[in-house]
Amino acid sequence: MSVFIIRRLMQAMLVVLVMSFLVFAGVYVVGDPTQILVADDADQAERARVIAELGLDQPFHMQYLQFLGGALSGNLGESFRFNEPALQLILERLPATLELAFVALAIAVFFGIPLGTWAGLRPESPVAKTIMTGSILGFSLPTFWVGIMMILLFAVILGWLPSTGRSDEITYVLGFPTTLFSLDGWAHILLPAVNLALFKLSLVIRLSRAGAREVVHQDYIKFARAKGLSESRVILVHVMKNILIPVVTVLGLEFGGLVAFSVVTETVFAWPGIGKLLIESISFLDRPVIVAYLMIIVLIFVFLNLVVDIAYSILDPRVRLQDMKS
Amino acid sequence: MVSDTEPTLEVRNLRTHFFTKAGVVKAVDDVSFAVRPGKVMGLVGESGSGKTVTGFSILGLVDAPGRVVGGEIRYKGENIATATDDRMRRLRGREIAMIFQDPMMTLNPVLRVDTQMVEAIRAHHSVSHKEAWQQSRDALGRVGIPSPEERLRAYPHQFSGGMRQRVAIAIAMLNRPDLIVADEPTTALDVTIQGQILYEVQKLCEETGTALIWITHDLSVVAGLADEICVMYAGRVVEHGTVDEVLDQPAHPYTRGLIGSVPSRNRRGQPLTQIPGMTPSLLNLEPGCPFKTRCPDADAVCEAEPAITHPAAGRDVRCHHPVTAGAPLEVTA
Repeated sequence: MSVFIIRRLMQAMLVVLVMSFLVFAGVYVVGDPTQILVADDADQAERARVIAELGLDQPFHMQYLQFLGGALSGNLGESFRFNEPALQLILERLPATLELAFVALAIAVFFGIPLGTWAGLRPESPVAKTIMTGSILGFSLPTFWVGIMMILLFAVILGWLPSTGRSDEITYVLGFPTTLFSLDGWAHILLPAVNLALFKLSLVIRLSRAGAREVVHQDYIKFARAKGLSESRVILVHVMKNILIPVVTVLGLEFGGLVAFSVVTETVFAWPGIGKLLIESISFLDRPVIVAYLMIIVLIFVFLNLVVDIAYSILDPRVRLQDMKS
Repeated sequence: MVSDTEPTLEVRNLRTHFFTKAGVVKAVDDVSFAVRPGKVMGLVGESGSGKTVTGFSILGLVDAPGRVVGGEIRYKGENIATATDDRMRRLRGREIAMIFQDPMMTLNPVLRVDTQMVEAIRAHHSVSHKEAWQQSRDALGRVGIPSPEERLRAYPHQFSGGMRQRVAIAIAMLNRPDLIVADEPTTALDVTIQGQILYEVQKLCEETGTALIWITHDLSVVAGLADEICVMYAGRVVEHGTVDEVLDQPAHPYTRGLIGSVPSRNRRGQPLTQIPGMTPSLLNLEPGCPFKTRCPDADAVCEAEPAITHPAAGRDVRCHHPVTAGAPLEVTA
């Protein structure tokens, strides 16, 4: 097992290195930030001074090597706009995004798995068909539009929930700032979390349904019934554990997606997370922040992949065996 | 063979039909037989003759769109064809157990063997986990699995096919059922393992007085194991009798064909007798004898459905032209 983890870690480091190059090169070609950063009426000497100060007069490979050197000591550059370390800017806003992504994931799991399993066990029933139609809507309706409609309905027309922003009632749990311990916090997070969850919820429903339909016809399910087990044990233990394997795999990877693509939801609901920071940084061509953001996302994905591999080996004993051989 | 003991299971005129979009499939159509304690009934037939569906009907495990539409399944006198789901759940695994055909598919791949055994005990008896675990360990030992204590903690994929089938048999015998339905349990195994398992099942049934229904397409297996044989064709029992009667003096042309197609050392070098044609589709079966299109003796009479006749006491044949006792089997050398 430990050999397996070390091997995965080394692969992960290689992925991060390659990604850092792609990200840096990608942002390099996007545009010239000096046009936005330097005042229009500055003279040539002033312009050259700013460019040299930001290190933009260096050739590409020197800039990249400097970035790598800084990154190794935990310095991902300073924001052009705020003159603060880019990493600090992101880490300040990361808890808000993680909180949002976590609640969205919880919604997707706690509603998706039961609904999908139910639909898979009784595929012909009208309720199952309604669930599946709903999941198609969840897949195909654009997130920003659903978000706006939710604000219109629940905040403007019904006035039940606040339309935008995050609650100020922050509690620190193990050093992690969260608003989930206050009613106001939940009132603020509910709409954006549901909005962010819709796509994943549909995905979980479809996965669980496909899993349930496949598993329920297996001989071992019939054999479990032939043993005289109660229906609830057959479904909750024998069927569920087999369904969970693909669901855990996909969800682990999708959690990275939730964090990375919360951009749209955060923009619609003015949620003060890293997605909103990214959009602002792109419009100012604030290179260090964009690069730092993308590197953080890469790290999250790589880390989640590792976690999924380990969780998978716990759920499915056959994977564990292969790992031991490798 | 007439026995005085009360049958453990008596199936009377069982009909199990599948209501598919293409039409009604009469998978089991008027099947009757009985098994007595400690006896083995061999249910023989080709693929698709309704053997397995008969087995599932007994356990109440026929999946939709199929259901039992007629007849009685009397278990110790109680008609379980009409029993409630809860009653059937209590019977399954405790009094009526089943062993499946493919041991690679019978055990849940993500649950440890001890989980799957302990739950089978605790579904019927309120015993502690520890006690159920010890019973499971002893049961594994009885079916010849070495170091059962260690093997209990393993997952199914760590067992070979033969070992898995032993585990399945051990699970079926856990609660000492009075009836076991074994659906071709040795088909997927190689012959040496097959022999061991046959021996063990026979021994266990004799010791505990368990009645056994052994479903198979392999006549040589039932020849050594069963007391009585039911030959099934197209969802019906076409011939029934003791194993010696049926194998030595087959009365139905289909049974004769089956026996003729078994390879034998005495007929080395000669081509095997074949039954011409294929098993008919059970969907919209033509009226009359279902075997008429493949039967060497078929004539105009066979356009009518044959009734069951009794050439001797305890023998049933569903044929207009049964071969009379003593007639030589044309395939014997």
